[in-house]
Amino acid sequence: MTKYIGKSVKRLEDKRFITGQGKYTDDIKLVNMAHAYILRSPYAHATINSIDTSEAKAMEGVVAIYTGADIPEAIAGVPCGWQVNFKNGDIMKEPPHPLLVRKKVRHVGDGVAIVIADSKAIAKDASELIDIDYDIHDAVTDPKAAAQAGAPLVHADVPSNTCFDWELGNPKEEVSAAMASAAHVTELEFANQRVVPNAIEPRSAIGHYDTAHDRYTLYTSTQNPHLTRLLMCAFVLGIPEHKVRVVGPDVGGGFGSKIFHYTEEALVTFFSKIVGRPIKWTADRSEAFLTDAHGRDHVTHAKMGFDADGKIVALQAYTYANMGAYLSTFAPAVPTYLHGTLLQGLYTTPKINVDVTATFTHTNAVDAYRGAGRPEATYLLERIIDLAALEMDMDPAELRLKNFIEPFDGVEQEGYVTQVALQYDSGNYAPVLNRALEMVGYEAFRKEQAAQSNGKLLGIGFSTYIEACGIAPSAVVGALGARAGLFESAQVTVQPTGKVSVYTGSHSHGQGHETTFAQVVADRMGIAIEDVEIIHGDSDRVAFGMGTYGSRSLAVGGSAIVKSVDKVLEKGAKIAAHLLEASPDDLDYADGKWTVRGTDKSVAFGDVSLTAYVPHNYPEGLEPGMDFSSFYDPTNFTYPFGAHVAIVEIDKETGAVKLKRFIAVDDVGNVINPMIVDGQIHGGLAQGIGQALHEGTVYDESGQLINGSYMDYCMPRADDLPSFEVDRTVTPCPHNPLGVKGAGEAGCIGSTPAVVNAVIDALWKGGFKVKDVPMPMTPERVWTAMQ
Amino acid sequence: MIPTSFDYKKASSVEEALGMLGDDAQILGGGHSLIPALKLRLNAPGTLVDISKIDSLKVIRDNENSITIGAGVTHAEIAASDVLAQHCPMMGQAANAIGDIQVRNRGTIGGSIAHADPAADWPAVLLATDANVIIQGKNGKRTVDIDQFFKGFFETALEEGEIITTISIPKTAFNRNSTYVKFKQPASRFALVGCAAAVEMDGGSVKSARIGLTGVSEYAYRATGVENALAGKALNADTIASAVSGVTDSVDVMSDHYASEKYRSHLAHVFVKRALMNLSYSK
Repeated sequence: MTKYIGKSVKRLEDKRFITGQGKYTDDIKLVNMAHAYILRSPYAHATINSIDTSEAKAMEGVVAIYTGADIPEAIAGVPCGWQVNFKNGDIMKEPPHPLLVRKKVRHVGDGVAIVIADSKAIAKDASELIDIDYDIHDAVTDPKAAAQAGAPLVHADVPSNTCFDWELGNPKEEVSAAMASAAHVTELEFANQRVVPNAIEPRSAIGHYDTAHDRYTLYTSTQNPHLTRLLMCAFVLGIPEHKVRVVGPDVGGGFGSKIFHYTEEALVTFFSKIVGRPIKWTADRSEAFLTDAHGRDHVTHAKMGFDADGKIVALQAYTYANMGAYLSTFAPAVPTYLHGTLLQGLYTTPKINVDVTATFTHTNAVDAYRGAGRPEATYLLERIIDLAALEMDMDPAELRLKNFIEPFDGVEQEGYVTQVALQYDSGNYAPVLNRALEMVGYEAFRKEQAAQSNGKLLGIGFSTYIEACGIAPSAVVGALGARAGLFESAQVTVQPTGKVSVYTGSHSHGQGHETTFAQVVADRMGIAIEDVEIIHGDSDRVAFGMGTYGSRSLAVGGSAIVKSVDKVLEKGAKIAAHLLEASPDDLDYADGKWTVRGTDKSVAFGDVSLTAYVPHNYPEGLEPGMDFSSFYDPTNFTYPFGAHVAIVEIDKETGAVKLKRFIAVDDVGNVINPMIVDGQIHGGLAQGIGQALHEGTVYDESGQLINGSYMDYCMPRADDLPSFEVDRTVTPCPHNPLGVKGAGEAGCIGSTPAVVNAVIDALWKGGFKVKDVPMPMTPERVWTAMQ
Repeated sequence: MIPTSFDYKKASSVEEALGMLGDDAQILGGGHSLIPALKLRLNAPGTLVDISKIDSLKVIRDNENSITIGAGVTHAEIAASDVLAQHCPMMGQAANAIGDIQVRNRGTIGGSIAHADPAADWPAVLLATDANVIIQGKNGKRTVDIDQFFKGFFETALEEGEIITTISIPKTAFNRNSTYVKFKQPASRFALVGCAAAVEMDGGSVKSARIGLTGVSEYAYRATGVENALAGKALNADTIASAVSGVTDSVDVMSDHYASEKYRSHLAHVFVKRALMNLSYSK
C-alpha cells in the first residue's frame, strides 16, 4: 500500500508558487483598507520626554496616529509563552512588552507610534513629521556584559539584567570530581553569534473588524495561526476567541521567526475597530532586520574531560543567553529545555552539568530560529570534541566512535536515558558517521591534506549531532514551563463522492505539507493523491492547531491525520460490512476497496462514502457521515541524528575560506518524500554554513545594528556553496504511527560546527594551533588567526 | 522602502536632459546606487532626469587611437565587447566582477563613476587606463583627465548641471596588457580591495605601469609609488614583492567590520601583487 509514501512526488503547491499565484498576506487587498507604518526608535536606550504628532496628523491622507499613551492600561503587551524559574524557585523576570512604548525605548526598532493613512507612502511621509524628544542613555548588547556590575539596566526592576538563572544535569560537585579524574580536559570559550532569520517574505498583518458580526479577522504571515489567536485574544486584547478569525495565507518562509505573536498583529487588530477600516502593515526589509525575532546569541564557556583512552568522563557548560530587550513568545525555552537537554549528544558522557544565565540587553528579542537551542548545544559539543581530538592528537572520527551510545531501537531495547532529562527514542549512531567517512574518502583526504603545499590549507571538520523534534507530550512540556499544549489536531472529512478534505493544525511556510500529508492520506486510504486536499492556516476552517516549528509537522500533525484516517476506515468497514452482508472482521481493505476475505465480493471506498451520506441501506444505530477529528499528543519527542563532514580550503594570504565539499548523512526516521527531505536538508545546510562563514549581527557601542541590510549582512548564496553530498540511514521512530522523526532543522543543526571544525583543523595542520576563530569566520578573522 | 515623492522626466537627448536639470534634480542612469538610496530615504531629490533612454550615450565606438564608451553603456555591454577585450582586457574582467547579471544588465559605467562609491570597480580600472572623461554642460563640453576626476568620498570633478557623456580609453600598449583582480566584500560584492594594473613592457623590463586601487581609501587612487618602483625592472616575483611595499603609502586606509585598516592594507598589497603576477605570467 505504498504507492506514494517513499516516493519523490513533485510538490503540489509549487504550481501556484512558481507561477506567481501564491497568495501572501501583503497580496490581500480589502475594501477601504488603510495602511500602517510603525515609527520606531532610532536609539537602543532612551527616555521619551515628549512626542508631538500634530503636524503629522494634519497631513492629507492621514487617518490616525497613536502612541503608547493611546493604548489602554489594561493592554500591557504581548505575553511570553514559556516560563523558566530561577534556580532558587523564583519565577523568571517577565517585564511587559508593550504594543507601543510609553516612556522608555529599549532597543533600536522599539515601536513608538503607529501612523495609519490612506497609503503606506503617506503613512511613512507623515511619520517623518512626528517630533520626538529623547534623552539617550548608555546601552548594553552583549549577554555576558549585561550581567556584570554597572551594566546599564534594560528594565529598572530587573537587577543585573538577569531574566533567570537555571541549571540541569548532575550536581556540579559530581561533575567537578569526574573532571578532576580526567587524563585530559579540553576547555573552550566561544560565542554562538546572533543571526537574523531573513525569511524572504517580510512579516505582514491585516486587521479587519466587521461591525455586522462584531467579529475581527487577522490575516498574518505566521507559522502558527491558532496560537496567535489564543495569545492575542486571551493575553493581549481580551477579545473572546470565537470573535476572532486568524488566517495565515501562503507564508514565504519563517525559520522560526513567524512562530511568535508580535505587537504589530495586535496593533492592526485593535485599531481596525477604532478607525473603522481594515489596516494593513507590512515590514520593509530594514524593519525585518530590526524586529523579526533574532536567533542564537550565546556566550559559552565549556570544559570536557577525557580518560586516558579518550572516553568522555564529564562535561561542564556555562552559558549566557541573550533574550534581547523583551521576552519573545518562546525565548526562555531556547537556551534551557531546547539546549541544556541536548548536551548528552550522541555520547555516553556520565556526568553533565549545564548552567545558563539569561539576560536582557538593549537589542531586539531573540527566540527560536531553525534548530532553536539544539544548534547551540550541537555547536558546543562538536566544537569541543573536535578540539579535544586535536589536543590529544587523536582522530576526531575515532574519538566520536569510541564515545557513541550503543544502538537501541526503542522496542526491543529501552530508549536511552540521558543525564539531562531526556529519553532518546531510538538510535544507531555509528552507521551515519561510517557512511560519511566512506563518502568523503577519509584516508585519501588525509593524505591529500598532508601533501598540500600551494599557499592553501586544507581542513576537514566533523559534526555528529542529535536533535529533538516534535516537542511533546503536553504534560511534560507543561512541567517544563510551556504555557501551551504541544499536541496537534486533524480533521478528515470524506465527501459523499469519496474525495477527502484534510484540515490540519500544522501550517506550512514552505515545507510542502500539501504534498507530504496528501501522500500519507492517499496511501493509507488507497486512493489517488488528486482526491485529497490539505487545508491549513485558517482558524475558521481548522478547528485547532499548534502550528509548524521544531520539525514537528509530520511527526505530530501527520500522526493526528493518521488517527483520523484510521477512524474513517474503521467506520467505513462497518458500512462496507453491512453492504457486503459480512462481518467487519472478515473484511480486508486494500487499493480503495473492502473485500470479503477469500471471496471476490468487494465494495469501493466511494460507494461506502456515498452510502454514509445517503444512508438508505445502512447499519442500524450508526451515525451518517464520514468526518472525524483527532488530537494527537505524542508520548515523547523524536530524536533524529546524523553525521556532517566539511572540507575547506583556506587561502593563506587572505584568510578566505572556500567550502570545497559538504557531506551530510542524516537519519530522520522513515521518509515520506525523499525529494522534500533532501530539500529541507539542503536549505538547512546552507543556513548552518551561513552562520559559520557569513552571517552575524554587528552592534556598535550605542546599540545600533550596523549591518541591517543585505549590503552589509551576508547571506549565504549559491556560489558560496558546493554541491551537497547527502545520504540517509533509517532508524524509525518507535512511538508514532508513521515512524517519522523530522527533517526541517537537521541541516542547520549539524552543519555549523562541521565547517568551523574544518577551518580549525586546517589551521592546526598548517601550524596555527588556535582554539577558536569567532563566527562568522570572515577572511579577516581567519587571517588574523594566522598572524 | 518607499522613497519620498519626486517628479520624473525622461530625456531623449543630452541637450534635453541638460535643460531638465534644475535645482533639486538628479540624474537617473541605471539606478543601481540611486534607487536604493531613494528607498532608504538617504537621498530625496525633487526631480529625477532619466538619461537611460538617450541612444547617443549607449554606444561603444572603436576609433583610431581610442575606444569611446558612452556613459549609458551597461556593465554587461562592456563585458561583451570584443574591441575592449582586445585593447583593454581589464575592462571586461572588471565588468564581469560587478554585482550579478541583473545589476550588470542595468548599471552603467557613467553612473558608477559619477556616483564615485569608494568601493566601486570602475574608478580603479579607469585610473589604470589613463582615460578621459567627457562632460557636457549648458556651456558646452569639457574633457577631464581621469587623474583629476576623483576628488574625494563620493566626490568628483563633475559640477552641478553637468552630465558625463563619454569615457575615452586610449589604445595603448599598457592597456593591451592589463588585468583587474578583486577581493569582494562578501555581502555587497563591492570591492573590499580591487586592483587594476596595466603594464607596458620593453624587452624584458617595465616601460610604464599604471595601477589603480579601489576599496582601500576614501576614493580610488593610483599607486604611483609602485608604478615608479617597477619602471625599468623585470616583472617577476622579486621585483613585484619589492615594489608593492609602498601601495598604501600616502593614503588613509578605511576600516569597517569586514576589514580593519591593517587587514585592508594587507589585502591591497596582496592584490596589487596578484595583478602584477598575472601580467608577469602573460609575458
